[in-house]
Amino acid sequence: MLSFNWIRQNLFSSWTNSIITVVLIYFLASIIPPMFDWLFFKATWIADDRTGCTSDGACWAIIGARFYQFMYGFYPTEEVWRVNLVYALLPFGILPLLWDKMPLRKQFLIFAIVYPFLVFFLLYGGPGLTSVASNKWGGLLLTLFLGLGGIIIAFPLSIFLALGRRSKMPAISAICVVFIEFIRGVPLITLLFFGSMMLPLFLPEGLDIDTVLRALVAVIIFQAAYGAEVVRGGLQAMPKGQYEAAQALGLSYWQMNLKIILPQALKITIPALVNTAIGLFKDTSLVIVIGLLDLLGIGRAALADTKWMALHVEVYVFISVIFFIFCFGFSRYSLYLEKKLNTDNDSENK
Amino acid sequence: MFKIDFSDQKFRAIIIQTIVVGLLAYGLYWIVQTTAYNLEKRNIATGFGFLNDPAGFDISFSPFIKFVATDSHFAVYLVGLANTLLISVIGCIAATFMGFFVGIIRLSSNWLLSQIAYVYVEITRNIPLILQLLFWYALLINLPRVKNSIAIGETFFLNNRGLNSPQPIFGENFIYVTVAIVIAIIVSIVFSRWAKRTQETTGKQYPVVLINFASVIFFPLIVYFISGSPLDFENPELKGFNFVGGMKIPPEFVAMFLGLSIYTASFISEIVRAGILSVGKGQIEAANSLGLRQNVIMNLIIIPQALRVIVPPLTSQFLNLTKNSSLGIAIGYADLVHGFGGISLNQTGQAIECMAIVMATYLTISLTISFFMNIYNRAIQLEGR
Repeated sequence: MLSFNWIRQNLFSSWTNSIITVVLIYFLASIIPPMFDWLFFKATWIADDRTGCTSDGACWAIIGARFYQFMYGFYPTEEVWRVNLVYALLPFGILPLLWDKMPLRKQFLIFAIVYPFLVFFLLYGGPGLTSVASNKWGGLLLTLFLGLGGIIIAFPLSIFLALGRRSKMPAISAICVVFIEFIRGVPLITLLFFGSMMLPLFLPEGLDIDTVLRALVAVIIFQAAYGAEVVRGGLQAMPKGQYEAAQALGLSYWQMNLKIILPQALKITIPALVNTAIGLFKDTSLVIVIGLLDLLGIGRAALADTKWMALHVEVYVFISVIFFIFCFGFSRYSLYLEKKLNTDNDSENK
Repeated sequence: MFKIDFSDQKFRAIIIQTIVVGLLAYGLYWIVQTTAYNLEKRNIATGFGFLNDPAGFDISFSPFIKFVATDSHFAVYLVGLANTLLISVIGCIAATFMGFFVGIIRLSSNWLLSQIAYVYVEITRNIPLILQLLFWYALLINLPRVKNSIAIGETFFLNNRGLNSPQPIFGENFIYVTVAIVIAIIVSIVFSRWAKRTQETTGKQYPVVLINFASVIFFPLIVYFISGSPLDFENPELKGFNFVGGMKIPPEFVAMFLGLSIYTASFISEIVRAGILSVGKGQIEAANSLGLRQNVIMNLIIIPQALRVIVPPLTSQFLNLTKNSSLGIAIGYADLVHGFGGISLNQTGQAIECMAIVMATYLTISLTISFFMNIYNRAIQLEGR
């Protein structure tokens, strides 16, 4: 790739391009080496507190000192194996959904259905396990719980909402339209406030839902409305002939949708669904405004510690990197799916 | 007549709908009952009377409305709404310009340039906005103190209390210049319509863009000088420990502006790129073989077709930016959610009323934006013949 010809065509094809290239190279050369110095070569990795960071570089010691909290929040140390188990099983719970050529996929799919229940059981506790209140959860654990939990639970809801919106029964479709447009018209923050401040007023005494679950409810409702619009797009893309053929075969409404329409419609909407999921995953960090300590919340708590004052850049860079890994990974996955879907359709048309 | 037959679809539909609506109505009734009971038990007042009560707190940033602590909660609402709209409008404009710029750079034939744009897009859109806002805010409040402000061209000063910029002072005669601008815009719209019609009927072309550009710039400029240059700028000056004169833009606003526009611009740039790429290669080749000039191809062939693809997703980005401006609460920007939905709510305890008003307002803003963008969208869509 990097031949003389390639350089000439892509960097120095004209006078203006040559000038731009030279300016950019100068710009990058003056920015990148100091950046790497700060990030790695001159950074302090281990220190007891802020004063231990004497070098010019980043003070990553704060991350090390708070690593447990970044990963688990305030989950009790003696019970932390449960969180580790949840983390360790996560690939087996998610991969079968994403990777259609996974070995033993059928068996793992069954596990993927059990996994969410297992997560609730392991994290909250129950028969045989001491219970851990959800206000002890935090850091990456809470971010993943809200993000992935919201995405997974909202998925069936968004299908129902999308079908409802396209229903021929006016009352059903009106209810779905109002719900979807209302949720999409207000910011997630107001829904979180709604969950944290108004939900307790709506429910009878004694029926207390904890803060994490209230946030999860808000996140699920939000994602369900956005997902519904994506699924609706997929449903609309289905040729009318598919519906007519299914009806001509005498299939009922649910048979038609479950066996004919949804499998095709969902297949083409997966890339867009993954994109809304990425958006939701980023948005889970909004829970800091209702006082939950997700990754960002733990980071802010670390910044407030007088031992580690004014290390904003280090903490924010660390959290950004974690979010970036997840979101970038998923967006690559959605691109790969799009490409695959395109080639699939091409081969069918041939 | 009416017969009970469960295999009849219409009959089934009526039954199902009655059950669903009935359940929903009962659910709402139950919630209202429980809520009324809970409110009474906790001694929380109801109704919108609190809107007239004095707020009792100060809002530091209110560029349009004078606000003092004795003003009512309704005034808090107005200030919050104004601040939300202000950051949304400015953010949308900046994000659109930046987005188009980056989107075009992404398609540049210079590999290095397009790669830099790519890195920018991937980094900004894969990191939560709230994190970016906190990051900008942290950078801004850790800037040098007022005495050691960073000067940009001797007129803008950046320090840990925000940005000091020149303030435009409009003279009395400035009204004439405003009128002149409005007239020039109306005239140029009429002129371009007339020119288009003439071109369609007779084929005669006029340099529309040039003439319009000249009239919109020069006519107000002439009026400006005739009326005695009624616009001045007051520069900020460092006196003692603080700046005197000029505009003081607080760090919260600057952080919101940077965060919102940089974040949204990366999404818009992808939309613009997709829009331009969607214009078929054949279109450009056909235009080239007709012998059209490059700028004509851009203006008459590529942009009109690309806009059709760009506008609908652009609308949802504007909506997203407006809704995302509610994240100002994380850094203390006194918008609708922070001022009215946050502080007022905590002071009065009337969560239901405050949240209802805030949600209704966002809903109205969202619906208004999509209404106008739909009109614009319809105007540029392909006309079926």
